[in-house]
Amino acid sequence: MRVEPPPPPTPRPGGGGDGGSPPISGSTRLARPGGGARLWLWAASLGVYAFLYLPLAVVVLFSFNDSVLNAEWVGFTTRWYDRLLHDGDMLQAAANSLLIAMVSSSVATLLGAMAGIAMQRYRPRLLPFLALTPVAMPEILLGVSLLLFFRQVLDLTLGLTSILIAHVTFSIGFVAVIVRSRLAGMDESIFEAARDLGATPWATFRRITLPLILPALAAGFLMAFTLSIDDFVITFFVAGVGVVTLPLQIYSMIKVAVTPEVNAVSTLLMLLTLSVVILAARFAPDTLKAKA
Amino acid sequence: MALLEIRNVTRRFGDFKAVDAVSFSIEAGEFFTLLGPSGCGKTTILRMIAGFDDPDAGVMLLDGQPLTGIPPERRPVHTVFQSYALFPHMTVAGNIAFPLEMAGKSRDEIARRVAETLALVHLEDKGGSYPHELSGGQKQRVALARGLVNRPRLLLLDEPLGALDAKLRVEMQSELITLQREVGITFVFVTHSQQEALALSHRIAVMNRGRIEQLDEPDKLYGLPANRFVADFIGKINLIEVEVAAASKVLLTLKAAGLGEIAAADARPLQPGERGCFALRPEQIRVYGRKESADLKNRFDGSVKELLYLGDVTHYKVVLANGFAIEALMPNAAPGRAKFHEVGDAVTVCWRHDAGIFLRD
Ligand SMILES: Nc1ncnc2c1ncn2[C@@H]1O[C@H](COP(=O)(O)OP(=O)(O)OP(=O)(O)O)[C@@H](O)[C@H]1O
Ligand SMILES: [Mg+2]
Repeated sequence: MRVEPPPPPTPRPGGGGDGGSPPISGSTRLARPGGGARLWLWAASLGVYAFLYLPLAVVVLFSFNDSVLNAEWVGFTTRWYDRLLHDGDMLQAAANSLLIAMVSSSVATLLGAMAGIAMQRYRPRLLPFLALTPVAMPEILLGVSLLLFFRQVLDLTLGLTSILIAHVTFSIGFVAVIVRSRLAGMDESIFEAARDLGATPWATFRRITLPLILPALAAGFLMAFTLSIDDFVITFFVAGVGVVTLPLQIYSMIKVAVTPEVNAVSTLLMLLTLSVVILAARFAPDTLKAKA
Repeated sequence: MALLEIRNVTRRFGDFKAVDAVSFSIEAGEFFTLLGPSGCGKTTILRMIAGFDDPDAGVMLLDGQPLTGIPPERRPVHTVFQSYALFPHMTVAGNIAFPLEMAGKSRDEIARRVAETLALVHLEDKGGSYPHELSGGQKQRVALARGLVNRPRLLLLDEPLGALDAKLRVEMQSELITLQREVGITFVFVTHSQQEALALSHRIAVMNRGRIEQLDEPDKLYGLPANRFVADFIGKINLIEVEVAAASKVLLTLKAAGLGEIAAADARPLQPGERGCFALRPEQIRVYGRKESADLKNRFDGSVKELLYLGDVTHYKVVLANGFAIEALMPNAAPGRAKFHEVGDAVTVCWRHDAGIFLRD
């Protein structure tokens, strides 16, 4: 989860979150360390959690602080949220972000599902690499190359369309992997069984394949949604001048100063991302691992 | 007219012939079995009948109509998969209703037929369960019910009992026989268990390396195997290397190296000097002490090398003069403690002249 609150600049807090959580599965439980070692372990994990979540907590806290300075606690207020609601630029950016996230994750879900099904059914050699490369590629590289491609090759005016294409590009792989892993856990002969019992290929898809991959589709969609809504680097390159998304807007605001308003919008964004991630985890418990 | 006719069907994978010029036909109402070792092409034949694979050569006719080009969903042929292949997101009733829904049956008819079929496989109370809530044997029954419910012309069963434990297997075998008789649907059954094939089938095609070695009724296959492969594959058998010494109209004299002459019955015109093997079932052999008399033509001395007491019967392994270890099966039919031989005992093995058969190479 790329929830990156501006102050202080911690590198990718969410990325290490999974590593810090205690093992849940009992099958691979190790012998518990005793005495002093145990104390150290506790201290270390406490430290990790503190680094991960304290900055986030500070952002949330100061978004309710009745002072323009992020220095000391003065009193409780919701006026920064109130101001957000009347900030035209901010509302426009939020609307853009939501629109882009909805459209790009819908398209990515459709294409990713097709790729995932094809990967499982026909075992192509190249497709998994092609779909997953954008996932592994450094974002800055993807951003630059997409920019060059849109400008030099396609001669496309940067804007909504270019952002949408870029977001679909980096989301497809996630959806494909989620759908494929869902299918991989299934007995392949059920699809033949359906044909055998009188279902046309279309009926087989509608009655068997689709219901079975539905949770994966939902999880994939939500995953793509979070990726899109908080993407900064790639969007920064392909957005051009006309369209501003929420992360771009926050960035332009903190160039001046980290205002309580930034804290407020960051808190809202965090809340949205978190709830989507929790929702996705409910649909497919293994998706978080797939993303890590 | 045969229900299914397969003529010279061949299926190649690269240079390898998985099915090699196979021909057979199946009559309506038959319980037909394809039996053979792993990799001999049984599943490949079923897949071609079901429509998941196409022959490279040859024709397949169902009710006299060629099956070529007809997709699986339009063939009146259903399959029971070894893995059951139940739809995990549907209940038992939903699974069984599926073929009826695909055939566009009315809601009333579907409900009635599902209930009937559930009763047929004794799962009346499991209609609302999901596949993962069932035991192996119950899943098996659901798969059967789903295959039968829409009354296919042909039901293909690919090792349907393979995943069950031994006891359940025997139970399901007798249920299968009853079921097939009740519904009257033609079964094409695949197995690599010869015992299962013998117990269930009207006719059996014994396959090896993509070819049919022999197609016959169970007792004929067991009693009169056509060649070495079939003799060896079906049941236990002693195969003794021999050469024809003399052949008259009814009596055949065979010569076994280091053993002497074996008397056998054979009506075929055989020439002296022909080589082959003499095939003899263990239960056709008597094992006697040296002093005991038995009025049998074939008598050979040896000594007991191993024995396996199984209660109802005892298996003996007797080493003969030429070093050949012959296996014999003696029923412990006498009341009280049966008189059996001990390891190392000097014994005589004997059999009737028409007990075994000569198989030409
Ligand atoms: N799609 C395929 N591509 C290549 N070879 C195949 C294919 N399907 C089957 N074969 C080969 O054809 C041969 C026959 O396979 P088949 O599955 O029909 O055997 P079988 O008699 O059903 O064996 P088993 O008892 O193990 O199920 C095997 O050697 C197998 O490796
Ligand atoms: Mg097979």
